[in-house]
Amino acid sequence: MEATSAGAMGGPRPDLYRKRTRRSTGEAAIRYALLAAALISILTTTGIVISLLEETVKFFGDVGIGDYLFGTKWTPLSGGRSQSFGVVPLVFDTLYVTGIGLLVAVPFGVGSAIYLSEYASPRVRKTLKPILEVLSGVPTIVFGYFALTFVTPTILKGLGLEVGSFNALSAGLVLGVLVLPTIATVADDALGAVPGSLREGAFGLGASRMQVSLRVVFPAALSGVVAALVLGASRAIGETVIILVAGGQTTNLTLDPAQAMQNMAAFIAAASRADIPTSGPEYGAIFAVGTTLFLMTLVLNAISIRFVRKYRQVYE
Amino acid sequence: MNTVAEASLSRKVVERASTGQRTRDLMFRLALLASLSVGFVVLAALVIDVVSDGASKLSLDFLTSFPSRISPENTGVESALIGTVYLMILCALFIVPVGVATAVYLEEYANRESRLSRLIEVNIQNLAAVPSVVYGILGLAFIVRGPLGLGPVLLAGALTLGLLVLPVVIIVSREAIRAVPSSIREGSLALGATQWQTIWKQVLPGALPGVTTGVILALSRAIGETAPLLVIGAATFARFNPDGITDRFTAMPLAIFEFISDADTDFRAAGAAAILVLLALLVVMNAGAIFLRNRYERKW
Repeated sequence: MEATSAGAMGGPRPDLYRKRTRRSTGEAAIRYALLAAALISILTTTGIVISLLEETVKFFGDVGIGDYLFGTKWTPLSGGRSQSFGVVPLVFDTLYVTGIGLLVAVPFGVGSAIYLSEYASPRVRKTLKPILEVLSGVPTIVFGYFALTFVTPTILKGLGLEVGSFNALSAGLVLGVLVLPTIATVADDALGAVPGSLREGAFGLGASRMQVSLRVVFPAALSGVVAALVLGASRAIGETVIILVAGGQTTNLTLDPAQAMQNMAAFIAAASRADIPTSGPEYGAIFAVGTTLFLMTLVLNAISIRFVRKYRQVYE
Repeated sequence: MNTVAEASLSRKVVERASTGQRTRDLMFRLALLASLSVGFVVLAALVIDVVSDGASKLSLDFLTSFPSRISPENTGVESALIGTVYLMILCALFIVPVGVATAVYLEEYANRESRLSRLIEVNIQNLAAVPSVVYGILGLAFIVRGPLGLGPVLLAGALTLGLLVLPVVIIVSREAIRAVPSSIREGSLALGATQWQTIWKQVLPGALPGVTTGVILALSRAIGETAPLLVIGAATFARFNPDGITDRFTAMPLAIFEFISDADTDFRAAGAAAILVLLALLVVMNAGAIFLRNRYERKW
């Protein structure tokens, strides 16, 4: 995944070239042109931060930070008196739907990873893993369609649950299936990085495969597995379309998963399509929520990178 | 005597433990298999659901008609399909040079210990994890409005999607470049080639299959993105094809979104048919990537 490029063991090419490099101005020009391209990624980040902050600062000129962070009524798009910018319900719904998703994705994702890494023969693994990866290549709008037209009416209502046409449960379950392959493949990489000698040692002491998997390999790969979970959580928290299509357009400060719920990303998409003036706090709310979401994923990603580094240091 | 008794005793304990262990092992194995099957079962259910809902709607007319809000029988995806194809071409024109140049710089030029290249590296890792809807905000604030001020046109959509998938191209291209062995570079340099000649004539051709796979992977991610295009204000319903890169447009995921936002089951069936078209495009692209990889990949 993303992380694999970081510490891989490529040879240090730059020393190879050192003597010949500055031979002509043409060579130097090419070097700077390439550097300019590499800087586009830095500019992208800068652009994201500036575009978020500019409007967010303006937004907090209209709405108090305290009212935003601690308010429990989120109705930014309704005009007049009933308009309110308390983000708590939106953040709660985001975490709640993500939580439902992780309840699916964590056990099944980690279980898949242990099977692929410790039980499956190399040939079976080589066939199954790409198919699992196909699942993560399916566009999320397709998962949204599946949640809306199959999971809610056929499965949930078929089981006799009294859910609305838009509900958190269906969106959350399908969200879980979306991030399951991410967790499974990254955790499988982490388990695979545990040296075979540890397994052989444990087998030699008479441990069964289950004991080896759970008591030797899994603990040894724990930081990598945690990184996989955090990566999955970060992907789930930022998912837009599944929740937009199947979760509904309203926030609900409730623990009842049969109710409609909207997450932060879905709000951003819905609000930017709504017919709103581009100067008022309604417009600013899109960016304030964007900033909140960006910060949350940034923290999750930093944690994940830290855990990945940890397991790399031990075994490479 | 005593030791013999102890030995037989401990042997019994071991055997008993191992039968219990064997059952637990089997249960564990079955639980793992069950969790692995979740992904596959859902994938199968999803495909069957979409095919059974949408296959009957799929026809040449569906591909060559504009969408209709009134009659689900005459609706189609022409504008979305053409929009998506244009988007992909523009997006490729942007991500191939920029992504490959970045990868070449990081692998062949940058001093890996320098602060700048570390910054770029961490930055790319972070960008890969930023939610796509946030790229939509970037596109809205910088490309559609603000400094570039293009409006919600094809070029703006392609740039937004391009920035979104650029990390994928960079990461995969770097791996491909890294896989070209140093001896190739050494040989080229020893024959008097400059660094750029070495990269252009030796390294890049060697890395090409990997780079191509990365680009196709990136484009197939871009093709399915809905959120950023919604945020930048691209049309979800268009009875026209884009004429140029500064024309308004719609794309397949947006058309699907529009179809399935309608509560009418006939329109939803049209959504399923549009999903089939999108999935077919993805299958073709990925098959192409696998073919290229198998055909041209070199073992050094």
